[in-house]
Amino acid sequence: MTSLTMPIVDGWTIARRNTLKIRRSPDLLGAAIMFPIVFVLMFAYVFGSVIDIPGMSYKEFLIPGIFVQAVIIGAQTTGYTLTLDLQKGIYDRFRSLPMAPSAVLIGQTVSDLLMNLSSLVVMAAMGLVVGWRVHSSPGEAVLGFGLLLLFAYAFSWVTATVALALRTPESFNNVATMVSFPLMFISNAYLDSSKLPTPLRVIAEWNPISTFTQAARELFGNTSSALRTSDAWPMQHAIPASLLWIVVLLVVFVPLATRLYKKTVSA
Amino acid sequence: MSDAITAEGLVKRYGEVKALDGLSFSVPQGTVLAVLGPNGAGKTTTVRVLTTLLRPDEGRAVVAGYDVVDDAMRLRAHIGLSGQYAAVDEHLTGAENLEMVGRLYHLGAKRSKARARELLERFDLVEAGDRPVKGYSGGMRRRIDLAGALVADPPVLFMDEPTTGLDPRARNALWNTIAELVAGGTTLLLTTQYMDEAERLADDVLVVDHGRAIARGTTDALKDQVGGNRVEVSVTEPGELDTAREALAWFAVGAMQTDPESLRLTVPVTDGAEALRQILGRLADTGVRVRDAGLRRPTLDDVYLTLTGRQASGADTKAEEAAR
Ligand SMILES: Nc1ncnc2c1ncn2[C@@H]1O[C@H](COP(=O)(O)OP(=O)(O)O)[C@@H](O)[C@H]1O
Ligand SMILES: [Mg+2]
Repeated sequence: MTSLTMPIVDGWTIARRNTLKIRRSPDLLGAAIMFPIVFVLMFAYVFGSVIDIPGMSYKEFLIPGIFVQAVIIGAQTTGYTLTLDLQKGIYDRFRSLPMAPSAVLIGQTVSDLLMNLSSLVVMAAMGLVVGWRVHSSPGEAVLGFGLLLLFAYAFSWVTATVALALRTPESFNNVATMVSFPLMFISNAYLDSSKLPTPLRVIAEWNPISTFTQAARELFGNTSSALRTSDAWPMQHAIPASLLWIVVLLVVFVPLATRLYKKTVSA
Repeated sequence: MSDAITAEGLVKRYGEVKALDGLSFSVPQGTVLAVLGPNGAGKTTTVRVLTTLLRPDEGRAVVAGYDVVDDAMRLRAHIGLSGQYAAVDEHLTGAENLEMVGRLYHLGAKRSKARARELLERFDLVEAGDRPVKGYSGGMRRRIDLAGALVADPPVLFMDEPTTGLDPRARNALWNTIAELVAGGTTLLLTTQYMDEAERLADDVLVVDHGRAIARGTTDALKDQVGGNRVEVSVTEPGELDTAREALAWFAVGAMQTDPESLRLTVPVTDGAEALRQILGRLADTGVRVRDAGLRRPTLDDVYLTLTGRQASGADTKAEEAAR
């Protein structure tokens, strides 16, 4: 086996292991699937009855935002699982084997990508039930899901980096909650961010969650000419801006997580 | 016979603490070495360096012909590790755990599956093999972890405190398994805090303390090094323990041990039978009522006490200098 194929072969072995683990951990599956379902129902029926989006139904406006939220929460599985494994001796076993060291993170992020895919399928079905519809071409809709999955994969590496820096499941959860909730709420995911007061509006316009939400809305055709899109560059060019974010996240966090992994497990 | 493991001047620092402080030793091929020492002696650090998990700050080590730093990747195909904490995945079944390890040794899917079944049979886990490890007992976890170390049938094995935390029955069963294993000619380095474990499994014992080797030899040789015999006397009343210790200080040729819990006094002596007779006479003279008395060969506990001045196990016993 060459140094090029080994990370792939071993990464696949690790991904299989993680997929088995996820299938047998109702709490992980539950968090990734139940949470967004509850949010769909809550926002669609509670907020939906008071929030008015010009030119379209709130549910159609909301669902792409909920997709992005599902990705943010789903990708945290990567970090959380890593901290759980760090508490046990399993990485000592891995490192005593003649396997590619990078396979552990590759396998982890790949299996979490598969989990995020199933989570998105459930979400989309749920969306269709409450009245969400795709108004673009099938090709664009596929690109929409592809973009969300790429974001999920890149964001998995971000949560992996945070997890390897913090090391314990408790501190990881605290930080993840403290960062992800404000990020999700100060965005255009649930409401028309142009109505926010100025400092919050600016944050929302440049928030990557808004960028991905806007890109998803464009690709699924969940936009309205009556709804004014902000003039900020990432909002005007949401799809290329999203791709740029994905590239930047991968370029920064893949090497960072890999380095931290080596440092953390050999201490 | 060539050496399967050689370590030369290993040093590993954690800030101020020297976990390893110039440790050197070798293990001839096909033999079992027990690395014996109390908590914090540097046993786990030694195992981690030799299994490529940790780079030493100084010194070098060669295992199965490969340098643990320069040839780490190639070495890993020739060693098996069972760490201090069972490295198994709770959510996976025993079979899945072993199969995964096989694939990571690059045995291939078919061979990994077959090997997993073989090992489940060998470790008496056939029935439990298809259940998640989560429901396993401590002894079963240890066995599946040990099986994981054997997947690639490596010529050199490392076990870090393999029986710590097991009940006596599970411990005995695991000892039998390990004894069978090394009868096949595998080189084994195991660490332990228990003298009886070293005595049971090892050809040779390396006593470590503060990251340094302080003695090396067969269990018999180490006992001879400590020399003589031990007289053990149990008294009836707690108050009599001190009286007895004062009365018997004259007979002791090394550190006496008192165990307030079992009201027992251990006196190292030179001439066993005669000393026992005199000691009993002396105690009768001072009016100490003896509940039980006997003569025994030194155990490795005594060896450890003599070498370090501290007790290796059993926190209730304290060492004391002989009166003269
Ligand atoms: N990761 C670490 N960070 C700081 N100190 C450590 C670390 N690992 C071990 N030590 C210290 O090194 C010494 C030897 O530890 P160890 O090898 O685990 O001993 P043993 O296995 O014999 O109980 C101890 O004093 C321990 O506290
Ligand atoms: Mg230890």
